[in-house]
Amino acid sequence: MGTQTPLARVEGLGAAHSGTEHFWRQRVSAVALIPLSIWFVCAAVALAGADREAVVAFLHQPVNAIAMALFVIASLHHSVLGLQVVIEDYVHTEGWKLALFLCNQLFAWILGAVSLFALVKIAL
Amino acid sequence: MATSIAHRATGIALSAGTILLAWWLIAAATGPDAYHVFAASAAHPVGQIVLFGILWSLAFHFFNGIRHLAWDVGFGFDVSTANRSGVAVVLLSLLAAIVVFLLAHGVLH
Repeated sequence: MGTQTPLARVEGLGAAHSGTEHFWRQRVSAVALIPLSIWFVCAAVALAGADREAVVAFLHQPVNAIAMALFVIASLHHSVLGLQVVIEDYVHTEGWKLALFLCNQLFAWILGAVSLFALVKIAL
Repeated sequence: MATSIAHRATGIALSAGTILLAWWLIAAATGPDAYHVFAASAAHPVGQIVLFGILWSLAFHFFNGIRHLAWDVGFGFDVSTANRSGVAVVLLSLLAAIVVFLLAHGVLH
């Protein structure tokens, strides 16, 4: 506290330069995933062993398509935030850390685009 | 405690699980042949072990995550309560994973 400049103290961002933003987003996505995960497990149980027609019919329902899209988005968001902390904690070489941050983000964007495209294709 | 590292490990496993989720959705969107490949892989013993692993990871991360959220708002953070809720989370997640797995196989009805 004593060594902080007055500017740093009002900004309140600390050593990570992002303040409590990461912490808060992690909690918001965690809370969102409580009902979404329960819904997903119920859907997965209902569709386990079903043929493609049943899965398509299920995801063709707007409510299910939207819930699945929310589950995908919330999961990937939560996953990116969680993996970022794992990388921060275990990777200490600056170059590797940066490369893994990049992979983490890009991988989630790609998976999200692929999953949402599939959902749109089925739902419409 | 062990639940802390398990929360990380299950989180990493679930991150990998999002690839399978994308595969499932793409297979369903593509057509019967693509879906058959997914369904056959899921039904294979190795696929079943992987799916059960992800299911338990989800159950553990779910219950332990709620435990973490409770700590965040100031509940159950003393050592004896935290130790007891840790044991409860492990047992509850195993029970939930087994019950859901059996339900998915139509064993319990």
